[in-house]
Amino acid sequence: MTQATISVPAADARSSKRASSRATRYTRSLKGRGVHQRRSVLLTIVMAVMVVYALFPLFWLFVSSTKTQSELLSSFGLWFSGDFSLFDNISQTLTYGNGEFVRWFGNTLLYVVVGAGGATLLAALGGYGLAKFNFPGKKLVFAVVLGAVAIPGTALAVPTFLMFSQLGLTNTPWSIILPSLISPFGLYLIWTYALDAVPTEVLEAARMDGAGEMRTFFTISLRLLTPGIVTVLLFTVVATWNNYFLPLIMLSEPTWYPLTVGLNQWNQQSQTVGGDAIYNLVVTGSLLTIVPIIVAFLFLQKYWQSGLSAGSVKA
Amino acid sequence: MTTVSQDPPKAVAGRLGRGSASHKAKLDWTGWKFIGPFMLIFAFVLIAPVVYSIYLSFFKDQLVGGNSFVGFANYIQVLGDSKFWESLGRVSIFLVVQVPIMLLLALFAALAIDSARLHFPAFFRIGIFLPYAVPAVVATLMWGFMYGVRFGLVANINDFFGISLPDPLSNEWVLASIGNIVTWEFVGYNMLLFYAALRVIPTDLYEAAELDGANHLRIIRNIKLPALRPAIVIGTIFSIIGSFQLFNEPNILKPLAKNTIVTSFTPNMYAYNLSFSGQQYNYAATIAIVMGVATAVIALVVQNRGSRKEV
Repeated sequence: MTQATISVPAADARSSKRASSRATRYTRSLKGRGVHQRRSVLLTIVMAVMVVYALFPLFWLFVSSTKTQSELLSSFGLWFSGDFSLFDNISQTLTYGNGEFVRWFGNTLLYVVVGAGGATLLAALGGYGLAKFNFPGKKLVFAVVLGAVAIPGTALAVPTFLMFSQLGLTNTPWSIILPSLISPFGLYLIWTYALDAVPTEVLEAARMDGAGEMRTFFTISLRLLTPGIVTVLLFTVVATWNNYFLPLIMLSEPTWYPLTVGLNQWNQQSQTVGGDAIYNLVVTGSLLTIVPIIVAFLFLQKYWQSGLSAGSVKA
Repeated sequence: MTTVSQDPPKAVAGRLGRGSASHKAKLDWTGWKFIGPFMLIFAFVLIAPVVYSIYLSFFKDQLVGGNSFVGFANYIQVLGDSKFWESLGRVSIFLVVQVPIMLLLALFAALAIDSARLHFPAFFRIGIFLPYAVPAVVATLMWGFMYGVRFGLVANINDFFGISLPDPLSNEWVLASIGNIVTWEFVGYNMLLFYAALRVIPTDLYEAAELDGANHLRIIRNIKLPALRPAIVIGTIFSIIGSFQLFNEPNILKPLAKNTIVTSFTPNMYAYNLSFSGQQYNYAATIAIVMGVATAVIALVVQNRGSRKEV
């Protein structure tokens, strides 16, 4: 982290000599590195192809959400056609099946707030504990957590289901929330971040003043850890928002479905012969599902990007 | 593992009893106050299921005799199960083809954005990363629609140019089509991983290289790629785990490609279908363990080789 921030001004000065005639609002990007920074049109075009690949399916999704079902199945996918029925589709999506989409949306919010929020808190506490304290069994904790990272998450899904069904936890929100509370990646990220971001002298000063360790954490350390915590929060939010396999196996009734499982059920219903084909609602529901998370990513860019670079200092 | 779950109460007791009078290095349990909650839930949702599935894998539910201990019989059955080997072969092909393509694209993009030779680098960074935020379900539904030869984009292209592209969901192409979806979802994530590692290379290294008259390619080869090695190792390990665990994309595409995506298309789908359609929990648990061990071993090998080269 410190390395990254220190290096920026030097690079800026170096590049701005060459680029001073260019628009100043791009100088931030020129803090980048390499030797002679002459921008390449060819490279930009190649990258443009990649960005088109990344974004055209999202454009397809938006365009398709504006079509009626018959237009959706008959018109060219990458351009608008027929009446602009986005708002009609949205209201149908929200009301179809007694508003089950809204309920699924609420469920997803619950899983995200409790699951991702809890996972972030546990990772922040744990990572900080690993970075700033020596305690008996610390090596064992590292070994067990790192070992568990190598065990694939989804390989555990079936055993977890079997265990949860023995305990009567399946078909309850707990079956989704409890496994979401653990983020080994988040623990790792906070650990690496806390090593640098929270100076040990500060903690010792707080101890001198007689502050308890927990109080020190919540009043002083938490603030210093903020960029790392926002990063972990974003990644756990994405993981819980996008969670599909776990709810698929844990829940057999639509009451507690998150959006992902609900949307797939709508799609399967549409594919089934004799089922109510609601492709336009599947498409519009997909759009509504991704908008909040994309907005969150765009608005919190500054935080998660600095948090990620910090994590990779030690990697 | 029981020691782990018992430790937090001890930690509190130790702190209250001895206070900070005890020597910090020796027996300060304060850290457990912080790591304790994580480890408690960790033990419940990660360690306990592993232990439970190991237990399950040694038993068998039979019509005659009920639930009985069978030793390694389930494991021997897995090793002789052609469906299992087929599914493993399928994800191995996927791994060998899709992962290098994805990581090379990600590497190229990260180097390009870091090179300062690009117009609008911030736009490219966020644009390529954005698909990562899209749930696998939505990604697969979208691509599934577009793959349609009757009314998807493929059909549009066929109509427009009067050609007939191969059906992306046909037997020959379905694995490549799934590879495309996975690449689309994760290329930006890996790019960001690499990019973050590039950002922390100290600038004096570049300045020294510039004084030596090194050009772009030499800087990439001698400074950037070596600095990227740990990030590449991490990206590779995550991708290996992801490939072996392949489930969401084929399972969601299945209704569109009923005949090509069988219930044992990937090991994970096989275990899932054994549990939920076949009620063969013991056998499913065995497959999960075999896959878990295989993944962990390969991940460790990659990690060891990756860090050995670094020295």
